[in-house]
Amino acid sequence: MSGWLVRGVRPLGGDPTDLLLRGGVIAAVGQGLDAGDAQVLDGAGLVVLPGLVDLHTHLREPGREDSETVETGTRAAALGGFTAVHAMANTDPVADTAGVVEQVWRLGQQAGHCDVRPVGAVTVGLDGRQLAELGAMADSAASVRVFSDDGRCVSDAVLMRRALEYVKAFDGVIAQHAQEPRLTEDAQMNEGVLSGVLGLRGWPGVAEEAVIARDVLLAAHVGSRLHVCHVSTAGSVEIIRLAKERGFPVTAEVTPHHLLLTEDLVASYDPVYKVNPPLRSADDVAALRAGLADGTIDVVATDHAPHPVEDKDCEWAAAAFGMVGLETALGVVAAAMVEPGLLDWAGVADRMSVRPARIGRVADHGRPLAVGEPANVTLVDPAGAWSVDPGRLASLSHNTPYAGRELPARVVATFLRGRPTVLDGRLA
Amino acid sequence: MTSPESTPGAVREVLDADDVQRALTRIAHEVLERNKGAADLVLLGIPTRGVPLARRLAERIAAVEGAPVPVGALDITMYRDDLRLRPARALARTEVPPGGIDDKVVVLTDDVLFSGRTVRAALDALSELGRPRSVQLAVLVDRGHRELPIRADYVGKNLPTSLRETVRVLLADSDGRDAVLLGATDGGAQ
Amino acid sequence: MKRHLVSAADLSYDDALLVLDTAAELSRLLDRADRTVKKLPTLRGRTVVNLFFEDSTRTRISFEAAAKRLSADVINFSAKGSSVSKGESLKDTALTLEAMGADAVVVRHGSSGAPHHLAYSGWIDGCVINAGDGTHEHPTQALLDAFTMRRHLSGETGDLAGRRVTIVGDVLHSRVARSNVLLLATLGATVTLVAPPTLLPVGVETWPCEVSYDLDATLPGSDVVMMLRVQRERMNAAYFPSAHEYSRRYGLDVARAAVLPDHAIVMHPGPMNRGMEIAAEVADSARSTIVEQVGNGVSVRMAVLYLLLGGNEPAIGASEKAGVAQ
Repeated sequence: MSGWLVRGVRPLGGDPTDLLLRGGVIAAVGQGLDAGDAQVLDGAGLVVLPGLVDLHTHLREPGREDSETVETGTRAAALGGFTAVHAMANTDPVADTAGVVEQVWRLGQQAGHCDVRPVGAVTVGLDGRQLAELGAMADSAASVRVFSDDGRCVSDAVLMRRALEYVKAFDGVIAQHAQEPRLTEDAQMNEGVLSGVLGLRGWPGVAEEAVIARDVLLAAHVGSRLHVCHVSTAGSVEIIRLAKERGFPVTAEVTPHHLLLTEDLVASYDPVYKVNPPLRSADDVAALRAGLADGTIDVVATDHAPHPVEDKDCEWAAAAFGMVGLETALGVVAAAMVEPGLLDWAGVADRMSVRPARIGRVADHGRPLAVGEPANVTLVDPAGAWSVDPGRLASLSHNTPYAGRELPARVVATFLRGRPTVLDGRLA
Repeated sequence: MTSPESTPGAVREVLDADDVQRALTRIAHEVLERNKGAADLVLLGIPTRGVPLARRLAERIAAVEGAPVPVGALDITMYRDDLRLRPARALARTEVPPGGIDDKVVVLTDDVLFSGRTVRAALDALSELGRPRSVQLAVLVDRGHRELPIRADYVGKNLPTSLRETVRVLLADSDGRDAVLLGATDGGAQ
Repeated sequence: MKRHLVSAADLSYDDALLVLDTAAELSRLLDRADRTVKKLPTLRGRTVVNLFFEDSTRTRISFEAAAKRLSADVINFSAKGSSVSKGESLKDTALTLEAMGADAVVVRHGSSGAPHHLAYSGWIDGCVINAGDGTHEHPTQALLDAFTMRRHLSGETGDLAGRRVTIVGDVLHSRVARSNVLLLATLGATVTLVAPPTLLPVGVETWPCEVSYDLDATLPGSDVVMMLRVQRERMNAAYFPSAHEYSRRYGLDVARAAVLPDHAIVMHPGPMNRGMEIAAEVADSARSTIVEQVGNGVSVRMAVLYLLLGGNEPAIGASEKAGVAQ
């Protein structure tokens, strides 16, 4: 009721100003605002961004509550500065019906740490054979707009075409996990010199690029939106750039870890670095950074993939693919993009809030920091270096590749519709 | 003759080349005298310097008797009792002459007899190669300080030493000249 | 300092020669017909565990014989790693072994990197010896191969400088090939890999060796031809069209063996697919060292065990600080 006054904060890294959050919206923006009965937060030195929106997260509930739940995953999201996350459909049971997506949506509401937008599966059981009831999921209380078989590739060309066509009816988007299955059977790491030396089966970049090439052409042909998940190679960036030049309706995401880490880390055989798509070369990392900087890649999406200890504390081939990333995303983007001067804070806001909200058709997130807009904001300390301690992550799982690493920027506070979910770097 | 305490860093030559030659000749004759000839004799040198010494003894014995004497080498690395005190060492060559050692008189040959542990290891090594009729020990220098009940049958020179002194044997075969040097140690004994 | 033998790259030039020279001396010591006791007391009181997740009677027996000839206690642990039990087997098994006080763990596993994980995970205190991991490495095989080559070509002493070794077969899936390329390069030999392009790994051009698709061209200049096992089933994954075509183009038949230089030897790590990569007559010919390789394996493994466990700390191998595979 009384709201929050954030003093002297820098919107998108600009000049300091005051921000009054009241009644769930941004009530006032200006110098020397009167707090009234609002609580005051000293924002000196802090940057304020629109609340971050993640287009790609795995909350694991229902089915794998040993690794994460909607409650624990959204806590992690809030601590990472996110006010909305898209929960991928590869749960157990798969989110391929209105019933499951509504369940996930409700769990998100009950937890209350951030908005949960369930992603619907493209095919029944993620099997790649029959379309799931996309319409029912779109019409459900969860109001699904993003559909993905992530974890698996929709490799059948006809099925992909039909899915692209079908979702036009309700302004949906197909988010493709681009991985030609036959070229990547039992693949363990990036295919290259290192995979040959380490004796690990390779995942060639062409298996991603070939699928993206096909899909951008299909999307253009049927006039429907395509979103490419976790782009990982320089070749993929080139194809997407070309598609955009031609005006094709394509958007793309990159994970924080693909902006920072390379395949050299796999030489230790430590499964914490095992991820799909795999860590690639330094050239790929450079191309991904350049692509994100020039907007060819639209968003940073975490692909937060929690796994229990026993699925990572074993030999490489037996380990699961994936890394947690909600709490470290902003810090990693700051290290990979902001510090080297490739992206400023306005750019971060665009890639991590504005564009993902637009792609996911999330109405009240990714909005300008202006009077009347919903008060979904994140306060960041751009000089707040912190050290990653896996044991102190809010996520139920601790498979982070950044253990012991210092990240340059820290989320100080997160507000969801004017209510703080995180204050002073801790859950409110 | 006792040796006075050596001053640190000083090295004294207690046997020169001629002394060494004479000692080897005398030992050769003693071996023949004690064993009433060279029948069934096998000389085995303990690497490193025991090997050329054994060879030179064998040459002298052969010169007197007019017939060659089997000579070889017995590496004792695998039988040392101090293996666990250092990283594993490279092995030296073991060469048992074609006639073997069963029912032979084996004369083990080494340059310096000190604690006796090397000879104990050599006896263990020997017992797993066969069963000699008897085993005798010939050394160029006995410097005392036995830690085991081992004694030499043939000694080139008795050299009482203190534990703070080092004894070093030089041989023409490997070091360019024959000599026995006595020096002060800065730490571990030889 | 704990040290391990996980990759052939863990051995420096001096380490490799030390192993080969020690193996030669051990073989001389123990193979004398008149030796009463074919055993050495050196590793008495040490415990060597054979941890085999993959079936391999031959390699396991070789390590067992090697350990026993040095008077070590041997514990054999056979764990078939199923896809259901996944990696729990490795960690839980390792913790059990640690409780038993293993000084060395000889591990064979179907997953590349498993011995590396075991060595640097902190689960066990002893040395880890890789007896073959997935398609990654098999360092003691490379050592016994080098020992065999040296015995025939260099008078059982020194290195393999200038020797020309040709390795033929499924290099892509061969841990023996990887270890051999690394060790032979260390010892100064020139290695040529021969295979159809589908059976060569991406990036092989960066390896310290030559590559050729033409077996007939390489044979006349080879001092050693090492044939690798090629599974017929690979044709089902389109690595080659048929077993027949493979053996026609890459098999060592009698005609091809005849163009080898007189002194050249034919090797095979076993088990052989007679008629596929090697003709039966060639496998049984006088220039074949296939049977001898088995015996050499025991001497070489004795040398490795002695050098790792015989002293207060290992005399060869990669240390924890290194901890990162090449």
